[in-house]
Amino acid sequence: MDFGSINPVLLIASLMVASTPILLAALGELVVEKSGVLNLGVEGMMIVGAVTGFIVAVETGSPALGFLAASCGAVILAMIFGVLTQLLLSNQVATGLGLTLFGLGVSALMGQGYVGVRPPASPKLDIFGLNELPVVGPILFNQHGVVYLSLALVIGIWWYLRATRSGLILRAVGESHEAAHALGYSVVGTRFAAIAFGGACAGLGGGFLSLVVVPTWVDGMTAGQGWIALAIVVFASWRSARALIGAYLFGGLTVLQFNLQAAGIAIPVELLSMSPYLITILVLVIISSDKRRAAASAPASLGRSFHASG
Amino acid sequence: MRLEKRPTPSKVWSWATPVLAVLATMVAGGLLFGALGTDPVLAIRTIFWEPLFGEFAFYYRGQLLVKAGPLILIAIGLSLGFRAGIWNIGAEGQYIMGAICGAAVGLAFYPLEIRWLIFPLIVISGALGGFLWAMIPGILRTRFNTNEILVSLLLVYVAEQILAWMALGPLRNPEGAGFPGSRNLAQYSATSNQELIAGWGLHWGVVAALIAVIFAYILLSRHILGLNIRLAGEAPRAARFAGVNPERLVLLCLGISGALAGLAGLFEVTGPSAQIGIDFNVGYGFTAIIVAFLGRLHPIGVLMAGLLMALTYIGGEAAQASLGLPAAAIQAFQGMLLFFLLAFDVLTNFRVKFGALGAA
Repeated sequence: MDFGSINPVLLIASLMVASTPILLAALGELVVEKSGVLNLGVEGMMIVGAVTGFIVAVETGSPALGFLAASCGAVILAMIFGVLTQLLLSNQVATGLGLTLFGLGVSALMGQGYVGVRPPASPKLDIFGLNELPVVGPILFNQHGVVYLSLALVIGIWWYLRATRSGLILRAVGESHEAAHALGYSVVGTRFAAIAFGGACAGLGGGFLSLVVVPTWVDGMTAGQGWIALAIVVFASWRSARALIGAYLFGGLTVLQFNLQAAGIAIPVELLSMSPYLITILVLVIISSDKRRAAASAPASLGRSFHASG
Repeated sequence: MRLEKRPTPSKVWSWATPVLAVLATMVAGGLLFGALGTDPVLAIRTIFWEPLFGEFAFYYRGQLLVKAGPLILIAIGLSLGFRAGIWNIGAEGQYIMGAICGAAVGLAFYPLEIRWLIFPLIVISGALGGFLWAMIPGILRTRFNTNEILVSLLLVYVAEQILAWMALGPLRNPEGAGFPGSRNLAQYSATSNQELIAGWGLHWGVVAALIAVIFAYILLSRHILGLNIRLAGEAPRAARFAGVNPERLVLLCLGISGALAGLAGLFEVTGPSAQIGIDFNVGYGFTAIIVAFLGRLHPIGVLMAGLLMALTYIGGEAAQASLGLPAAAIQAFQGMLLFFLLAFDVLTNFRVKFGALGAA
């Protein structure tokens, strides 16, 4: 065993990279759920984002276009969910599951010719040359642009839901769609916008996974990260700052687990690999066990279809 | 055009929508295959016609029951829970754990040849393995109010890791020259789950699936528990007033679906798949979700949907072999089927009205 090979600064820097896909997906889903929609298709949107981003980046040589395509691909998938649940009033749980199953199939189909291909490298940003600073340099000033974007989104979503008119409408729609409808707000329109945003975030997260974190294309490479993002939204009690904490805790575990595997610790590899899922379950149990608090923080209309009668 | 809610879901449409969905999926799937450079008509013919009536039908027909057995067995259990609004989506994990538990008990007896004792014992162990694995989300839900959707799904990944550990460690064949995977359970006569009639693909798992269909049918139409399940799903408030204990219902639905998924895994590992290996699970637990919905959560419907979905599996294999259609295409095809079903379902619950408001 060799713990000396684990460098804490690099560990934190790589933790931020590893957490970003989940953080992005969780932030997107947070907004979707705040509007009263439960989209269980995060895993499917992430993997479709991962494959479209990968293909476009490889074909054009531009990671930026790849990230854009990753978002767009997932938005298209999210729109299927939107049409089914908002216009055709299908069951949101079933439709979300369908999105995941379909996404896994379609992504495997699209990514066939790309297994084992190397994507173009996405450069890290050097902010004012500060990346040379000890300790904080590699952590704060030498990350990928998408990492900074995800951090900006944490603040942006907090501000949007708390202080903007449209954010308040979105929350009203999520808490009581009848009341929001009676006030003249478009329930379906608001929810469509939220679903599209959720898709864009999940897709970007998927693209970041296949272009930066791994970086290669493997079938089913999201490996449950979309589901963990859903769990993190619950963990976060639908607040963006807590989603950041949740995602980084989870990312930290994943990175630590890989480092322990590499250091040759005497715990079976399988036990280490299953630890992130077990700990996610444990965290869910702790958060949900306080029934009153859990019920108070969840959007009241979550998962219910809205049909304006008359 | 607008939608008007029906007072009760339409009976006619609830049976017509699956048929429409299958037809729409054939058209859309044909377009998808066309985009992949395969002749769409030929592809659809290869998937839906050739396995049943084509040149090699004698081989494929047997495969039909082999694939439909686990799908139906799992989907029957899931459909009970889905009716009550209890979402067990981790059947894949319960399937794996059932197979591991059954195989472990069977291998513990190796090489004893007491089939009358060992075979029933491993069947019970398989069901118990799936049952206990499903009890985890069940108890967490009833005791700690934890979302059973997320927990049951996350446990699939845990089960997959346990499977890998078992295949490489405790259950590895000691005479396997170091290759991963357990002893061959289909060749060990005490655990072997062979075809009961040669060439039919009818093994004990298929028999169990048929029994499950009959039991579920009686349960839902004749038994108080079936009534409670339906009531909890359709009118939760009324169910509470009628004294239905929601916690008991959660445990029952998860327990039954877990046990059936575990059974499916056990019959698979002792028959068609023959050993515990890293790639033992092939997604039956997830496809069964589509089967349950396509079958309208009704036992007879599930039976027919399971056969149809099995057909897409073997048809997909046939298309892979003869047309070079990628394996993932079938997975996308199955996902599309669920989309179309959910889309057409609007007709079951709503009337489509044309013209301005109030004109009717």
